[in-house]
Amino acid sequence: MTNNSEAFSGERLKQSHFHPRLAELNIRDSWSSWNGYKFANYYYDAEYEYFCVRNTCATYDICPMQKYVIKGVDAEAMLNRMITRDISKMRQNRVTYVVWCTDEGRMVDDGTIFKLASDEFMLTCGSPCSAWLEKSAFGFGDVSITDKSDEIAALALQGPTSCTVLRKMGFTEIETTKPFNIKHFPFHGDTLMISRTGFTGDLGYELWVKPELAIDLWDELYAAGANYGIHPFGETATNMARIEAGFIMPGFEFNEALKTVHFEHDQTPFELNLGWLVDFKKKHFNGRSALLQEQKKGPKYTLTKLDIEGSKPAEGAYVYSNKRCSREIGYVTSAMWSPSVKANIALAMIKTEHLSGELWTEIYYEKELRQYSKVARCTIKDKPFWTPARARLTPPLEN
Amino acid sequence: MRRYDSIIIGAGHNGLICASYLARSGQKVLVLESSESLGGLASSGEFYPGFKTSIAHTVNHFSQKIANDLDLASHGFNSKSGSLPIVGLSIDGNHLVLKGNELSGVAPEDSQAYGTYLDSMQRFADMLKPFWLKTVPRIGSNRLPELLSFASLGLNLRLLGKDAMREFLRVFSLPMRDLMDENFDNDILKAMLSWDGLIGSKLAPRSPNNSVLALLYRMSGGQDDAHQVTTEGVRGLIAALHSSAAAAGVEVRSGTSVHRIHVGENDAGLVATGVHLKDSEQIDADNIVSSADPQSTFLNLVGVEHLEIEFTNRIRRLRCDGYVAKLHLALDDLPKFSGLTRPDGRMIIAPNLDAIEFAYDDAKYGDFSQQPVMEIVIPSLQDKSLAPDGQHVLSANIMYVPYNLKKGWDKKAREDLCKLVIDVIERYAPDIRSHILYEEVLTPLDLEQIYGVTGGHWHHTEFALDQLFMMRPTFGAAQYSTPISGLYLCGAGCHPGGGLMGGPGHNAAREILR
Repeated sequence: MTNNSEAFSGERLKQSHFHPRLAELNIRDSWSSWNGYKFANYYYDAEYEYFCVRNTCATYDICPMQKYVIKGVDAEAMLNRMITRDISKMRQNRVTYVVWCTDEGRMVDDGTIFKLASDEFMLTCGSPCSAWLEKSAFGFGDVSITDKSDEIAALALQGPTSCTVLRKMGFTEIETTKPFNIKHFPFHGDTLMISRTGFTGDLGYELWVKPELAIDLWDELYAAGANYGIHPFGETATNMARIEAGFIMPGFEFNEALKTVHFEHDQTPFELNLGWLVDFKKKHFNGRSALLQEQKKGPKYTLTKLDIEGSKPAEGAYVYSNKRCSREIGYVTSAMWSPSVKANIALAMIKTEHLSGELWTEIYYEKELRQYSKVARCTIKDKPFWTPARARLTPPLEN
Repeated sequence: MRRYDSIIIGAGHNGLICASYLARSGQKVLVLESSESLGGLASSGEFYPGFKTSIAHTVNHFSQKIANDLDLASHGFNSKSGSLPIVGLSIDGNHLVLKGNELSGVAPEDSQAYGTYLDSMQRFADMLKPFWLKTVPRIGSNRLPELLSFASLGLNLRLLGKDAMREFLRVFSLPMRDLMDENFDNDILKAMLSWDGLIGSKLAPRSPNNSVLALLYRMSGGQDDAHQVTTEGVRGLIAALHSSAAAAGVEVRSGTSVHRIHVGENDAGLVATGVHLKDSEQIDADNIVSSADPQSTFLNLVGVEHLEIEFTNRIRRLRCDGYVAKLHLALDDLPKFSGLTRPDGRMIIAPNLDAIEFAYDDAKYGDFSQQPVMEIVIPSLQDKSLAPDGQHVLSANIMYVPYNLKKGWDKKAREDLCKLVIDVIERYAPDIRSHILYEEVLTPLDLEQIYGVTGGHWHHTEFALDQLFMMRPTFGAAQYSTPISGLYLCGAGCHPGGGLMGGPGHNAAREILR
């Protein structure tokens, strides 16, 4: 006889290397999951956490993120054939944002590549992709791919006070780390890797350490950050921050092409406004000829940043080219009221040919169980909604 | 440096055919062959002083249209002569003989059933005949000529009449066993008639996935399903193709290995512009046409760095493991097969369908059967040049012998296989051992190494439904053109496929000249 709890016990969510501390602080017990890990929607209050990211500092558990170490003499050639960007000129201890596409130039996923040595890279991404990596590596001589997702404890520390907190921890000269640079620090007889990277569009770092040191790292970070407003943030606050930064998210702005069923319900980098990541000057890469064609004829849709009249978030709304809302030209992918920018912002996929004309959206919202709708004018924004100087400066200006 | 319109990699029959058509349309064509002799798996070579043979030991279903187009008759290939009877060897000496359409050695019921069976199979084969020499359209293509070839197949199918059409649709993907069981009683007859649908493939009588279509393919060539050894043999066909090509102005360089295909770039993407030889010499041409198998072509000659990931994966996943080994015997005299006056047919040793099935089962799990089934020909009876006067060559195709032998192919494994096969032959030709001067066994691994064919596969890649028509070798490269502009395929890995028909070479030339 087996009871149900035994029958399904193998499907229990895994616990992050930081779980003991995360669980303690998750006073709402609001959990979801990411890649099989127990993962917080929020710990106390999503908006509070969002304000920590923007005004003090906050930590985001990235243990569930996929991490692959790609090593060997041919590792660079293999990655360069897989991704659209050229990494042949990348220096050691640098990080770069990349996307990769199917043969048809549709986006499989985005992620970051860390150059750890001339023949060693770490690729991080939101979804498992070992099958794609294996296919991509076939035929390249000396390449090994190791899935390190469970073997590295990783924590993002984001927000204006993040640099100060790290300095308090004793990581001197952390302020000299430029955006997308990596530094290594001795930590409890081992090494702590710190990269100046993140998903919030603000000043921030990501910390990488072996799992055995995860709790030490957490405790020292929270001790140093006690007077700097440190707090964990979950999925909801992350989503708010990344919309303000104009970052794309799978399941919102794009469908991973390998998981898309319907024809062209996935996206090309050009549609996502990521044409700057596609380098036709480098050697052959996957999807190249399809992307060349796409570049020539122009993308059907373009991901656009919208500032929308009023304060009602345009979640799930259609975009029209006229106020009567009779000519549909696109759809909103993410929307929110931005507390920092004090604007009603959205990301939307809009048919490229209509970008120069009027843009209107019909917003549906609920008020005490009754549905309302309003038509609002949209204005295109070229820059990210939230782009503080401290995110780019070295050393960063600190509050 | 001399520049060519087209360079053909490999002087197998398809490479030579493609070269001839291109040259006849005015192109300057160079054929590069790594081996010293031409013909690939159909090339003839000496395996023992004075004794010659080729891997393909009969000419079967070579296209009459190609023979006419290339005027092979005036170059010494006689497509109308020397058709071999098929002999189903029986251990008691009461053999079955199928000569032309005359079947002897079976009960009247089977004999009558054979007539009906042949009628309907031949109608199906005839219906498919035009299809083999056409390009199968890309899915999504709206080019009229391509769509017409679909339309003509549909029309041919419809013209069969409703009953025959339904019967065709029922039969063509049937496991061979079902087709045989519903038509015949005689075990040897069933095994013998199945043979041509199975040989060269990883398919057994009970396997679904196309052995009947493979049989129809073989039946729809120029000589129907006749296997021939003319007085010049397979050697004669290759010599005629070479001579015809030379007459058309084709330049052939044997003993010249292509190391890589040179891939450059233009505005639209990648483009093949030449080949690098082993000694690093580069020769340029507008079209590079590979008659090598798809895996060799893309993975070795082009290189994955020039290919898309999903396309590469499809090429890598092609099933290319060969399952046929070859035995060659140099004999000091003609062996005596009990019950046969003269062993001048194509002799099948397969007592029943289970014998084939069980041999397959062993191979499936990485071993060769202790009771191998085989096809034997003594080609020196027709082609006197293969052996010294009065002496003979025995050539046998042995099924199923895996490319990937679980215990590995070493000297001992080859000797075991050789002894086993001769033991089986000895049961039918008791004096065989006393006549053997020399014996040579070639496993699929040997065929790969000697002839550069991946897996030693007869058809370059499995002849099965998922790898046929617009899927052969895979979409993206199934209309002879490839993802790399200027690079074409013309080998057995393309539609219509392997054997000695010549369809791929013929069709590829038409696409290149389009």
